[in-house]
Amino acid sequence: MTLALTAPRRARLDPSWPILIAFAAILIALIVLPMSWLAYFSVTDKTGALTLDNFAKLVTDPTFVDPLITTVILATSSAIICCVVAAPMGWLVARTDMPLRRTIRALVTASFVTPPFLGAIAWELLAAPNSGLLNQLYRGIIGDPGAEPLFNIYTLPGLIFVISCYTFPYVFVLVANALDRIPGDLEDASSILGGRMWVTARRVTIPLALPAVLAGALVAFLQAMTLFGSPAILALPAGFHTMTTKIWSLFQYPPKPELAAAASIPLLVLTVLLLRAEHMILGRRSYAVVGGKQSNPRLVQLGGWKWVALGLAMLVLMNPVFLPYGALLNAAFSRTASQFVSLTNFTLHNIEFVFFELSATKLAFKNTFILGFLSATIGTIIAVVISYLTARRAIAGWRALAFLATAPVAVPGIVLGVGLFLSYTRPPFVLYGTLWILLIAFVTIALPAAYQQLQAAFRTVSVDLEEASRILGATRLQALSHITAPLLRTSVIATWCFIFVGVIRELSAAIILFTSETKVISVLIFDLNESGDLGAIAVLGIIMLVITFAVVVAINRIPGFGGGVRFRS
Amino acid sequence: MPNLTRRTLLQGTAALGGAAFATRVLAAAPPAEPVTPALIEAARKEGKVVYYTSIDLPVAEKIAKAFEAKYPGIAVRTERSGAERIFQRIGQENSSNIHACDVANSSDAAHLIVWKRDGWLAPYLPEDVAKHYPAEHRDADGMFASFRVTLSVIAYNDTLVKAEEAPKSFADLLEPKWVGKIVKAHPGYSGTILTATYQMARDLGWEYFEKLARQRIMQVQSAADPPKKLALGERAVMADGAEYVVLQQHESGKPTTPVYAREGTPLIVGPNAVFKNAPNPNAARLFQSFCFSPECQQLIIETGGMRSVHAQAKDKPGRTPLKDIKVMKDDAAAVEKNSEEIKAHYTRIFRV
Repeated sequence: MTLALTAPRRARLDPSWPILIAFAAILIALIVLPMSWLAYFSVTDKTGALTLDNFAKLVTDPTFVDPLITTVILATSSAIICCVVAAPMGWLVARTDMPLRRTIRALVTASFVTPPFLGAIAWELLAAPNSGLLNQLYRGIIGDPGAEPLFNIYTLPGLIFVISCYTFPYVFVLVANALDRIPGDLEDASSILGGRMWVTARRVTIPLALPAVLAGALVAFLQAMTLFGSPAILALPAGFHTMTTKIWSLFQYPPKPELAAAASIPLLVLTVLLLRAEHMILGRRSYAVVGGKQSNPRLVQLGGWKWVALGLAMLVLMNPVFLPYGALLNAAFSRTASQFVSLTNFTLHNIEFVFFELSATKLAFKNTFILGFLSATIGTIIAVVISYLTARRAIAGWRALAFLATAPVAVPGIVLGVGLFLSYTRPPFVLYGTLWILLIAFVTIALPAAYQQLQAAFRTVSVDLEEASRILGATRLQALSHITAPLLRTSVIATWCFIFVGVIRELSAAIILFTSETKVISVLIFDLNESGDLGAIAVLGIIMLVITFAVVVAINRIPGFGGGVRFRS
Repeated sequence: MPNLTRRTLLQGTAALGGAAFATRVLAAAPPAEPVTPALIEAARKEGKVVYYTSIDLPVAEKIAKAFEAKYPGIAVRTERSGAERIFQRIGQENSSNIHACDVANSSDAAHLIVWKRDGWLAPYLPEDVAKHYPAEHRDADGMFASFRVTLSVIAYNDTLVKAEEAPKSFADLLEPKWVGKIVKAHPGYSGTILTATYQMARDLGWEYFEKLARQRIMQVQSAADPPKKLALGERAVMADGAEYVVLQQHESGKPTTPVYAREGTPLIVGPNAVFKNAPNPNAARLFQSFCFSPECQQLIIETGGMRSVHAQAKDKPGRTPLKDIKVMKDDAAAVEKNSEEIKAHYTRIFRV
């Protein structure tokens, strides 16, 4: 595969056609090829003969049916919890005079960028039934060391809780952004006409925000359904599988890629159906943004209740941020991860181990940075070009490009991992064992969100400027690089950082595709968890978070992009 | 009875495998190889060695550091995972024509049979192995030798369980008082546990595991993890797991104590081998020699808590010597034949 993008500038010919073909080819390599292999493998047996046995096994074998049911329960519950928690919080932040609103947004961003698998490990430290710090505190408070645990994280409800912790930001941001954009005039009109606060909320605000809540529910459902790390960490000790862990287990010896391919199909189909449903419910776009000249929304005065609201918001944020980070810090410096740090058990051993003994550390960091940098750069370039071509409808076939760029949204990470594994472990393209295969995975996973962001950004730049440049003799590429690119700088940098952060926390595709030479930090942490090395995980996890926050803070320092991380709308 | 035919078929192929193992590959055993200055020099030119191993990570890294200290300029990169994962990884990498592994150590001795049969190993007989290792612990063709011997034991957290109340046998673990208090590792991940599961299913029957599954066990992956879960206080008792991690923790003041079950304790042999397509062939041989040297063997005993079959190795005082422990018979060839069935059977019983 070639990723060369440097179309010859001195050529007189407008190079848009070769570019279109090149990008279509890239997108086919990213998506069409792996999905085709996936479909092919799902209907073949070990000898390559066509069969439907894999699917028959899927619907009759309880070891497949149970995980499917578990996954649906898990995803539905998480989606509901996320909406119940995040929608009111989004409203509080966007529409009330609750104090510390910016801080709350920043903390939600922190929970968004926290890798869910790291959160799951931290919650093991907090709420494992016997050694969990919270359970120990509880037993200490009631003075009964033998009491039944207050929390047991190794259960389906425990898993739902942890997944919700790191999924609710999706709903929160969608709702808060939608409420930010609902013009205050509509609410003003309602109150001028005599509507009281509750009437206004019921007849104006809530209906306008509802599409965002629904969209959030769907995103949360999809996230919960396709996560791999959290269920692998919390469900397996409890003795049950979800679809993602089941698919992953089929890659253990003796590997059964045909069954893995077949087991991926339900996830794929469900995702496509849900995205269609979202599309139907929301129409072409959220009507929350409709409105002419916008006035700043009127903030609801909560009076004394604002402190209650702040308390509740902070209570919610304890779960994804304060408690887990505290548990990781504690484990990093404690001789035994389940004991609170004190003078007697304080240790720097874990830090020493990670930096001076663990020989995989350097390689994993190097790979992660190379992949983060390349994925972000290549992903941004692809997204810029495609969103330009589609936003300007610059060439025939732009619809197909737009479709291909958005299509990966429907492919869960682990399914993509399986597809890429099947495509690139055999000739003619043997990329397994190289960073390329991970690069393809990460770019593909990041592309839809990157494309959506930049597509939106392109709409804000008037086409007149480019046309002026072209009239003066510039080619399309020149117009793009001299006129449009500088205007879009902020969005482009934001997209780059967004992909970079996404790569650092990616586990579900990497876990299928890594080899010893191409290990990344997320996989290293997962490995360490399987052998129970919690101290080393805590240190690596904290480093990972520090890097992530440095990148997020850098985005927020860019002038004109102060709103925190934004994604799919 | 399709099940019966399938099993017969499985045994048929397995018998072939056994026959291949019995067949000598080379006409004569390779000569014993001393560590020569030329080997050290060639290894130093390669500059690194990649060690795929299922030894608990801190111990594996200590071996690596000891090698690096003895041979400066040759970096060891340890690739640690469960033996069954390592086996899958090496197989997958080989079939994609990736040769990343120099030396491998597996806690599932059956893997060495497969690798040797597939012609993936290089004959290399370190001097120590030739001189100081009993014949049953070295391959006749010099392809591998027993780097470590370990046990899969019962153990308990001695702040949560009084010694007199601790289980004394596998049967004791089935008592109602242990419901929800047991942690155990997984044979799909760990070679130690796969080997132990084979021996226990053979000697105690699968019914034992069916009853154990009703005790609401906590299922972890690595054999190194149950001792760590005991040390955390997360569970009171472990049904299986690495003795060497229990001993290390015990000796560093953590509250874990091993139990040598009345029925016998599963014995696990963990051989080392050099790969034929090793990317760093000289460093691989130097590292292999180092692994079997008295100093490395003493290291895995002293700080690793493992057992050695090197004739000069000395037990650490205070530990129960291997000869005083009733062990189950190890049988790598049988594990090789039944590995897939053991994993499938286990998954049916424990659901993951």
